[in-house]
Amino acid sequence: MPTVGVKRDLLFKALGRSYTDEEFDELCFEFGLELDEITSEKEIISREQGDTKASGASDVILYKIDVPANRYDLLCLEGLVRGLQVFKNKCNRYQCDLPVDPMFAALHSPQTEAVRPHAVAAVLRNITFTQERYDSFIELQEKLHQNICRKRSLVAIGTHDLDTISGPFTYTAKRPGDISFKPLNQTKEYTATQLMSLYKTDSHLRHYLHIIEDKPLYPVIYDSNGVVLSMPPIINGDHSKISLKTKNVFIECTATDQTKAKTVLDMMVTMFSEYCAQPFTVEEAEVVYPDGKTCIYPELAYRKEKLSGKFINQKVGINESTEKIAHLLTRMCLLSQATGAGDEIEVEIPPTRSDIIHACDIMEDAAIAYGFNNITRTTPRTYTVANQFPLNKLTELLRQDLAAAGFTEALNFALCSQEDIAEKLGKKISEMRAVHISNPKTAEFQVARTTLLPGLLKTIAANRKMPLPLKLFEISDVVLKDETKDVGARNSRRFCAVYYNKSPGFEVIHGLLDRTMQLLEVKPARGEGYHIQTADDSTFFPGRCADIFVRGKNVGRLGVLHPDVINRFELTMPCSALEMDIEPFL
Amino acid sequence: MADTGVLETLLQRVEKVDDGVDSLAVATSLGVDHQVIVGAVKSLQALGDVISAELRSSKHWELTEEGTEIAEQGSHESRVFSCIPQEGLAQSELMKLPFGKIGFSKAMSSKWIRVDKAHEGGPRIFRTVESIDDQVREKLLLVQKGHSTQLEEKEKNELKKRKLLSEVTVKSYWITKGNSFSTTITKQETELTPEMIASGNWKEKKFKPYNFEAMGVAPDCGHLHPLMKVRTQFRQIFLEMGFTEMPTNNFIESSFWNFDSLFQPQQHPARDQHDTFFLSDPAHAHEFPQDYLERVKKVHSEGGYGSQGYKYDWKIEEAQKNILRTHTTAVSARMLYKLAQQKFTPVKYFSIDRVFRNETLDATHLAEFHQIEGVVADYGLTLGDLMGVLHQFFTKLGLKKWVEVGNSGVFRPEMLLPMGLPEDVSVIAWGLSLERPTMIKYGINNIRELVGHKVNLQMVYDSPICRNPPTHF
Repeated sequence: MPTVGVKRDLLFKALGRSYTDEEFDELCFEFGLELDEITSEKEIISREQGDTKASGASDVILYKIDVPANRYDLLCLEGLVRGLQVFKNKCNRYQCDLPVDPMFAALHSPQTEAVRPHAVAAVLRNITFTQERYDSFIELQEKLHQNICRKRSLVAIGTHDLDTISGPFTYTAKRPGDISFKPLNQTKEYTATQLMSLYKTDSHLRHYLHIIEDKPLYPVIYDSNGVVLSMPPIINGDHSKISLKTKNVFIECTATDQTKAKTVLDMMVTMFSEYCAQPFTVEEAEVVYPDGKTCIYPELAYRKEKLSGKFINQKVGINESTEKIAHLLTRMCLLSQATGAGDEIEVEIPPTRSDIIHACDIMEDAAIAYGFNNITRTTPRTYTVANQFPLNKLTELLRQDLAAAGFTEALNFALCSQEDIAEKLGKKISEMRAVHISNPKTAEFQVARTTLLPGLLKTIAANRKMPLPLKLFEISDVVLKDETKDVGARNSRRFCAVYYNKSPGFEVIHGLLDRTMQLLEVKPARGEGYHIQTADDSTFFPGRCADIFVRGKNVGRLGVLHPDVINRFELTMPCSALEMDIEPFL
Repeated sequence: MADTGVLETLLQRVEKVDDGVDSLAVATSLGVDHQVIVGAVKSLQALGDVISAELRSSKHWELTEEGTEIAEQGSHESRVFSCIPQEGLAQSELMKLPFGKIGFSKAMSSKWIRVDKAHEGGPRIFRTVESIDDQVREKLLLVQKGHSTQLEEKEKNELKKRKLLSEVTVKSYWITKGNSFSTTITKQETELTPEMIASGNWKEKKFKPYNFEAMGVAPDCGHLHPLMKVRTQFRQIFLEMGFTEMPTNNFIESSFWNFDSLFQPQQHPARDQHDTFFLSDPAHAHEFPQDYLERVKKVHSEGGYGSQGYKYDWKIEEAQKNILRTHTTAVSARMLYKLAQQKFTPVKYFSIDRVFRNETLDATHLAEFHQIEGVVADYGLTLGDLMGVLHQFFTKLGLKKWVEVGNSGVFRPEMLLPMGLPEDVSVIAWGLSLERPTMIKYGINNIRELVGHKVNLQMVYDSPICRNPPTHF
């Protein structure tokens, strides 16, 4: 959930009244938002960097508001205010104006196709910035970049002072060495190649370099005089940068996802056209594709959906009139009316509500407007008979009795290092049927465990100060590669126990096996019962290891651990262990 | 049990006086160590209200080790004096004696001896008086006999300065008669024996009282892990509510079932390398229900079932990527798909199992945790039903406020309809982590002390049963 920080006093001014913190919290809750924190810049800096750094910072009160992840229309003060005002029955409409002249020509050469194939644009004409509006404008771009734009990988926004450049503009892609311009807030020209190395150490921009870094051609936008507007998604040119004095803003969005590009552009212009000479009016831009096809942006599409009052009532679990439901939806920025054909409601979805893609989203807004707390709680009449998953049932029963047998339950991670399941146990990783993780952040998450033993030995190592003997067990899943499964791997439920003391205590572990078999109703006998039989295993001390056979099938192994294994797990005492599969006992 | 003789002697002493006796005085007069009398007092107290003993402390003077030596053998200066014969003694010889150095200077200042420095063969010491009066020894002997009051404070302090005397605090008992005072002692039995039961002579015996203040002997036993105890409790709650357990024993999942089938777009940040563990081996899943996969692809890229869709280029390659499942909802998706392949019957499902996130780790976040999930699928379920079932679930937990504990919602039609579930079937679901309520229940701040090998086994040993999971979050 993104958090939006707005200045309280500005917010109240825009809303036309002030609220107590409690009242505003209540209003947010009713609108489906959450007032996360009441703070100030000073408080934030003081918390993060200490009081001395905070001394000069502003103590203007900030409201931090959590908004749903897909409500891009609530990411700035302007959007929040509009949403909350509509909720209080005020509404406005967005419209497009014809362009003054066709300015933006996107030459979609095969080169842009390979790196960043989509571009859309629009103009905010005769806008009036104040410091607050300007800050909000910059902040919204950043918020969109971090959210719907997926850190600029899907969409990148560029905003320019239209009066410093002249159309038509060209969107193309060039070799990094062939792009040269003065980037934003720099004093000299750099080639794209130089810029990429310059920004390697930039705390902000370095996160975006990977998007185009390994591409042969970088996207770039020129004006008709060859001035570079931007090199998306990295940086704008310094020439066309906007300021408080900018009157006409040219907005371009380049993207790998066209739907998202259109949404982002709609969001930018709907939020800030409020400050144009003709409020809520945007000037269109024409985009010409390589094949000659032209498109007009922004789309600012109003969509109409028809649904029934019954649908809303049934899904929410309320019983309201068609008119009341239409009224509820209108309060949520969804202009609605009963059509008169039965309980049919026509709902208009404005361009700001890209999150509404299905009638169920409309239903959710109706529920928010109705108030979740006003919905009567009911009990589903679903009659069902409960069943336990047999493997878990067996696990639950065995755990109880193993604790009763004097062993303490451990709980270890399913992920571990290759070393844990191989080298440390005297085995080779290539011989394990382990699944490997491709993107571990540390060596602790290289593989999924194929055995429970390393976890128990590490638990002992971390608890060496505890009085001896240490008797531990775990019943849990390991993961093994298995070609027969759709994902190529399966879990295997294991039981593992260790005994750690001044003497190896093989007889204790052996006794635990006997007890386990007794619990599982398997008698000690060859053939139909269980027996153990000497085995060779590099994890165990030679001659002190045996396979466990149940009804002729090898289900596991027990023995005294090899001194090398004991050493590698940083232990000092002899140790015996048992590990077996419990799925054969289902 | 102290010697019966001492006990009875003590009781006789107590009987003779009206206002009681001091244990220290008794020890002195009996000529036994004070500890013997203290032991006797404790033994008598254990017999019941025979005597009452009040602990008192008093200060008194005692000889140091050096003081004791002097009381026995005389002061250093007197020993120096007595070892000098008529014809004198070479100073070098005198200094070889253990008391020589200190004794010499003291004897000199008392003018008992003199030095002839010019004597032939080196300095020589001679007596100057015929006899001496060893007052230091006499004073010490007085103290030793318990008559320190006969000395002046100044004298005692001087001896203290010479480290011959020290002032010690002595604890003693003031012993008086108890309510059931008697001068005879009945021997008490410590424990009931099989012989006593057989012969019945336990009826005549007196038994030593138990000390109920002491702790018992810890039983030798195994222990269940606290997180698993809470898991058992949650499992029980679901079973009581008629929920059937889902088979969640598949940590490895394809992106298809973990994300795509849930209508999560392929560019969603949760599918990022920073949030999800991808596999290099086995890297890809094969075998998907082909016609279902086509419907999933269509609803993502074009919409349908009343949805606009996400309108992007859905790629099978993305769906094939194997991952460590990020939620158990992947299993719920498989279960609902399976359900849709039969004639629909309403179901209630639950699971509690591990899920994995490639997140930044801190005191409350691990790369793996347990997810608790509940799912109800039936015709015409409402948001009121979701809130109602959540209310019942959390009431069983003993919780009133549950809003922030986990997530809940209604599965989207874009997820359910491609599976083939009937259009009027709704599926409600909720989920929460098992670790968070467990940490609160057992008062654990660092998750590593609870889960994983760094667990504190003493905490496991000491953790109480989990009747109700936490009463507050």
